[in-house]
Amino acid sequence: MTFLDRTTDARKFRHWEGNVEADYIYTSGVAGERFFVALRDDGRMLASRCPACKLDYLPPRMFCEDCFAELTEYVDVPQAGRVAAVTLAHVDRTGTKLSNPQVWAFVTFEGIRGGLVHRLLVTPKQARAGMAVRAKLKPRDARTGTIADIEGFEPVRSRF
Amino acid sequence: MTKVGVIGAGMTLFRRRLQETGKELCFEATKMALDSAGITRGDVDMVVCGTAPDAFDGVAMKGEYLLDGSGGFRKPYTRVFTGGGTGVFSTIAGWWHVASGLADVALVVNEEKMSSCQPHPQSVFANIWDPILDRPLKPNLVWIFAMEMNRYMSVYGVKKEDIARVAVKNKRNAVGHPCAQLADPNITVDDVLNSEVMAWPVQRLDISPPSDGASAVVLASEDFIRKRRIKDRAWVSGVGWCIDSTMWTDRDLVFPEYVARAAKHAYKMAKIDDPRRQIDFAEPYDPFDYKELHHLEGLLLADKGEAPVLTREGVTERDGKMPVCPSGGLLGVGNPIAATMGMKIGELFWQLTGQAGKRQIPHEVHTGVSQAWGDLMQYGSVVVMSA
Amino acid sequence: MTARISRWPGIELRAADLYDGKVTQTRFHPDAKYAWSAGEAMSRFLQELQNGRFIARTCHKCERILFPPRMFCEECFRPTDEWTYIHDTGTIETFSVSYLDTDAKRIAEPILVGVVSLDGASPRMGMMHYFGEMTKDDIRIGMRVKAEWKPAAERRGSVLDVRYFRPLREGER
Repeated sequence: MTFLDRTTDARKFRHWEGNVEADYIYTSGVAGERFFVALRDDGRMLASRCPACKLDYLPPRMFCEDCFAELTEYVDVPQAGRVAAVTLAHVDRTGTKLSNPQVWAFVTFEGIRGGLVHRLLVTPKQARAGMAVRAKLKPRDARTGTIADIEGFEPVRSRF
Repeated sequence: MTKVGVIGAGMTLFRRRLQETGKELCFEATKMALDSAGITRGDVDMVVCGTAPDAFDGVAMKGEYLLDGSGGFRKPYTRVFTGGGTGVFSTIAGWWHVASGLADVALVVNEEKMSSCQPHPQSVFANIWDPILDRPLKPNLVWIFAMEMNRYMSVYGVKKEDIARVAVKNKRNAVGHPCAQLADPNITVDDVLNSEVMAWPVQRLDISPPSDGASAVVLASEDFIRKRRIKDRAWVSGVGWCIDSTMWTDRDLVFPEYVARAAKHAYKMAKIDDPRRQIDFAEPYDPFDYKELHHLEGLLLADKGEAPVLTREGVTERDGKMPVCPSGGLLGVGNPIAATMGMKIGELFWQLTGQAGKRQIPHEVHTGVSQAWGDLMQYGSVVVMSA
Repeated sequence: MTARISRWPGIELRAADLYDGKVTQTRFHPDAKYAWSAGEAMSRFLQELQNGRFIARTCHKCERILFPPRMFCEECFRPTDEWTYIHDTGTIETFSVSYLDTDAKRIAEPILVGVVSLDGASPRMGMMHYFGEMTKDDIRIGMRVKAEWKPAAERRGSVLDVRYFRPLREGER
C-alpha cells in the first residue's frame, strides 16, 4: 500500500525549478482612456456619472454596475478628498524591508462611489484616517497617462 | 426539471486587439444580450462568467475582475472554466441554475482579452504543459495539435487538402458574420496548403487566430418565457460534458472519446437516438481545421474517418444537408477562447430563431448541436438546442 | 438579431496604436518563480532517468503497466501496486516537424518531436520527446526507436537525460 509506506524523507523528493514568463500591456479601456488623458493633459480627475442612479464613479466606468446603463457623462472629482483608511508598509511588494516605512491610503471623495488607493505624502506619525487630502501630480512633461501620474495625496487645509 | 430556453445573445467584434478593458467588453456583450431578450439586469437572478486562464488577460482572479461588466454586482455569481471547453460549458452551468428551479433567468458571460499578453499569448500557453515531463523539452502549444492531427491523418489516410477544405469553408462562411476577424470570400484550398508551415502538419491557415472579445447569452425558464411572451427563444434540449485522462501521452489521439461520451449524454436527454437524421446543423469547436472533422466524428455525425469525405462532398456547407459552422467558426470569426460561445451557443440561437441574417441556413432547421473542446485536448462540452 | 444590429461594439486597435502609445496603457512584468515538487511517482521516475532507465507502476486490478508512473490508478481509483522497469525502446505514435520554437519564433532547422509508446508498458502509454538521427523525410508513425541517453556523468534526473529517440540500429530489438 503506497499510501502507507510513502516516503517521509523530503530530501528524496525532487523538484523542478522554473519561472512563468509573462509580460503585459493593459489598455486603459473606454472610461480609463477618458480618465488618464484628462489626468495627463489637463491634470484633472474625472468621474463617470449615472444620471438614473445619481451616482458618480471613481475610477470612472463606462457602465453603471447597478442599472447597467452605458455612461457617457463625465464630471470633475472634487479637489479635496478624505483619507478613509491608512496603512504603513514596512516591506515592498517583493518582501524586501524598506528603510523608511511608506504610508498608503484609500482616498474617497464626497458623493462619489469608489476612490483611489495611493501614497499618502506624510510621515507615518501624521498619517490618520479622516485627513483632508488632494492629489499631487507629477509635472506635465513627466505624466504618461497611468496612475503613477499622481505622486500621491498631500494634506490640505479645508473647510471640512 | 424546468425547461430552459435561450432568449438573447450578444457579442463584441472579435479582433487581434481591442481597446476596451475585459470588463467593458463583457458589458457590451451583456447589454446586447439583455436588450435582445427585452429584459434588464434587474430581471436576472444569477450570473455565470466563463473565462480562460488568468494569464491571458494578465489579471489574477479574472472572474472577480469581470463581475461588474458581466452584470454580477450583488447577485449569485460564479466563474466557470474548462479551458476552450468553456465556450459551451458555461452555458451548461447557466442551464443548471434555471433547470434546477433556483433561477428564472440566468445570464452567461464569456470573455477573453489575449492581446494584453506580450508579445504573443503563446508565451503563457507554455505553462499549460506538465512542468516535469513536458516543459523541459521547451514545447510550443502547436506541437500537441500537430501530433494529434498527424495521428488522425495517418490512421485514416486523410489528405491535407481535405482538411484544408474546412478552413476554406469556415473563413468563407464568416463573410456573413459582423464580428469576424478572418473572413475571406476568396480563400482557396491552395492558399491553405501554401501557407507557412508552423509545426507540420499544421500550417498558418489551419489555425484560428488569438483574439479579444466577449459574448453573452440569456437563459430563462419556460414559465418566464411564457409570462413575458418572449417570441425569439430556442430550447436547450440536451447537455453533456466529459473529460479524458490527464496524461495526454496515454490518450487515443484519433477518436475524441470524451466528446462522444458528452454527446451521448446530451442526445439521450434530448431524446435523439439517430443524431445524423435528427440533428439539422452543427457548430463543433474548430480552433484548427482538423478539429472540426475530429469533433464531427466525436459528435457521431460522421463515421470514424468519414468527416473529410462529407466535407469534400459539400454536405457540411451552409446549404448542404448538414451545415457545419455556418457562423464561420473560430477559424473565420476568431478565437477569444471562452468568448467563442458567440459562434457556438449564440449561432444556434440566431439560426433557430431565424435571426442569422446573411448566415441564415437557407433551408428550415429545427435542431442544432454545439460543442466546445478544451483543457489540454481532453474536454468535451455539448449542448443540443431546438426551435 | 444579427440582422437588426447596425453597430457591433468593439474598438479595434492596430499594433501601432498599442506599441506607439497612441492609447494610454499600463505595463506589467510579473516575476513569478516556482519550484514544482515532483511528488512520489515522478521523483522516482526522475531518479531512474539518472540511472538510464524508465520505470512504471503496475495496477494489479486492471493489470495495466502505467507510464508515466503514478501512485494511483485513475481508472480503478486505488493505489497502484509495484514499481517495474520497462524498456528504453518503443514506437512512434505520432510526431510533428516544428518550425516554431517555444516562443513561436520561426526556426530554419525544424525540431522533430512526438509521442513514443514504450515497450513493456501497456499499449499506447508513452511520453513526448525529440527525435534524432533521422530527417523530416524518414520519420514516420510506427517507426521503432530507442532512447539515446546522455553519458551517466551528465545526467541530472530530468527528461533531458534522454537526448532524443533514434531509429533502432541493426541487431537492436
